[in-house]
Amino acid sequence: MADRHPLFKPLIFVGGIIFGFGLGFSHMARPEVVLNFLQFDDLGLPFVMFGAAVVSGVAFALLPRIRDAAPLTGDAYERRLKPFDRNVIVGGAVFGVGWGLSGICPGAAYASLGVGNVAILWALGGMFVGAYAQGYLRSRSRDRDAAPASVD
Amino acid sequence: MVADPVLLQALAELFPNGISRYAVGGLLVGLGTVVVYAGTGIPAGASTFLESTLSYVSDQSRFGRYVGSRDWRLVFTAGIVLGGLAFAATFQSGVVTSSLYEPGTTGRLYEVAGVTLWATDVQPWRLFLGGILVGIGTRIGKGCTSGHGVCGVGSASKTSLVGVLTFLTVAIGTAQVVAALGVSP
Repeated sequence: MADRHPLFKPLIFVGGIIFGFGLGFSHMARPEVVLNFLQFDDLGLPFVMFGAAVVSGVAFALLPRIRDAAPLTGDAYERRLKPFDRNVIVGGAVFGVGWGLSGICPGAAYASLGVGNVAILWALGGMFVGAYAQGYLRSRSRDRDAAPASVD
Repeated sequence: MVADPVLLQALAELFPNGISRYAVGGLLVGLGTVVVYAGTGIPAGASTFLESTLSYVSDQSRFGRYVGSRDWRLVFTAGIVLGGLAFAATFQSGVVTSSLYEPGTTGRLYEVAGVTLWATDVQPWRLFLGGILVGIGTRIGKGCTSGHGVCGVGSASKTSLVGVLTFLTVAIGTAQVVAALGVSP
């Protein structure tokens, strides 16, 4: 958006660089290392995910008490809370099969490209195909629900 | 403290690469999340990028909701790619070393313009098919390892805890079955 603070995108870029560097350093950008965890050959992965969750959890808990709003957007600091429904289980299970088969998740796939893993374009291509397929079907079902009177 | 050799042996088997590279990497992933959140109030996840980027080329109504965030999500993802490259140019290339970083033996290393790059041995069909399911599942399930796993768990969100438990359990089961079927790498 045009009225956003000039540092909005630069800050997000810097955050992304740190995020991606961490995924490289932790070897999460390497599908083999994720698969080694899922096969119980190397149990390091939870230190990455829960280590990151602890760091963000501290910020999510403290920042709302320190400031009323984020400096670059004026938005209030809120936690990431999403409504629970069946989709969380169904989608989580489908993601689980894909993650267990390939050893790669979205953020790690972007970082994997950065560490030189050109073959990860197969996974990224697949992710776009999958995201498009579910978006196409959900768009159609929503459009149908929105206009029940016009169906032939 | 007396170190029990049996215990040390067990730890070495469970953590053949130690834990420091995982813990330090996790702290950095968390720090990247916090930088974005502190400045903008946005708890950023990685998988929304897939749909928000599709909104550039598709007018399906589902992707329309991400038009407002698609530009910064592209910037965030570009940062993640560049962060991976920065890691490759430093620790992966051996230009920077630390006792906290364990190099590891997976995949193949190759060199371009003095930078040591890395390539996976995992077969393309696994990456592509798995990728399709990751694309469907993360978007229907409202998040991935960063949205649910890092931001959601960090928010003590029950939805995210259930999501993480679901995809972690199913992924372990899937990987074990695939390995048992003799698929490798």
